[in-house]
Amino acid sequence: MVPDSIERDVLIEAPVERVWAALTQAEHLGRWFGDAGAEVELEVGGAVVCRWREHGTALGVVERIEPNRVFAFRWSLLSDEPPRPGNETLVTFTLVPEGASATRLRVVETGFRSLRGTEEERRRHVDANTSGWKGELTELQGYLASQPA
Amino acid sequence: VATVSHPPDAVLSALSDPTRRALLDALAARGEATATSVARELPVSRQAVVKHLGVLDRAGLVVGRRDGREVRYRVRAEPIRSTARWLQGVATEWDRRLLAIKRIAEEE
Repeated sequence: MVPDSIERDVLIEAPVERVWAALTQAEHLGRWFGDAGAEVELEVGGAVVCRWREHGTALGVVERIEPNRVFAFRWSLLSDEPPRPGNETLVTFTLVPEGASATRLRVVETGFRSLRGTEEERRRHVDANTSGWKGELTELQGYLASQPA
Repeated sequence: VATVSHPPDAVLSALSDPTRRALLDALAARGEATATSVARELPVSRQAVVKHLGVLDRAGLVVGRRDGREVRYRVRAEPIRSTARWLQGVATEWDRRLLAIKRIAEEE
């Protein structure tokens, strides 16, 4: 009915080393993650910081690093709050070589059903009630606009 | 692009329990039912059904109306739809990021 995880993938015409660099290197990360810069300390337990101009900062912690194979972090779905059980999901990227020079990049975000109490916390945030539904509708419009007619 | 819209976790956590999902299915199949009649269909006590209905009610997933001495419940589909939309938004955001990573890796 409502899944606990989301899984997406893409085929990239580049070897795993190049995909790994695009995924994890600071100079690239800021281009695909957030729209106002992002940083990752590339070690288990390292900080993940992803900034948006209008939505504050998402904070995470690196869970797994296996160069050219796996990159995983836990992150909070509440802006500006560190991840902890109840507000966090686990994001896992895996890189699998396909043929001579291509890579299948897969991302799985899991733990949606373990979220607890973030809605109550939201109500306590003065600025937050503008972002919930509005953000969701913007997403939906973006999604619909991107679908072929 | 909106990114960190807040998760509908009252709905997500209400749906995380298999008994509550079975309860919703049973209610949906009947249209409207009391705790007593649904408990006859499920391998749980009436007290447990009442407790689970309370969780579903607080998450907005069911609504009850008093009918004499009992309360008749029915399913509200809108929170399930809006939660599915929220998850679709999360998935769309990952698609966008994967495509951005693809562009960076394929550059040069």
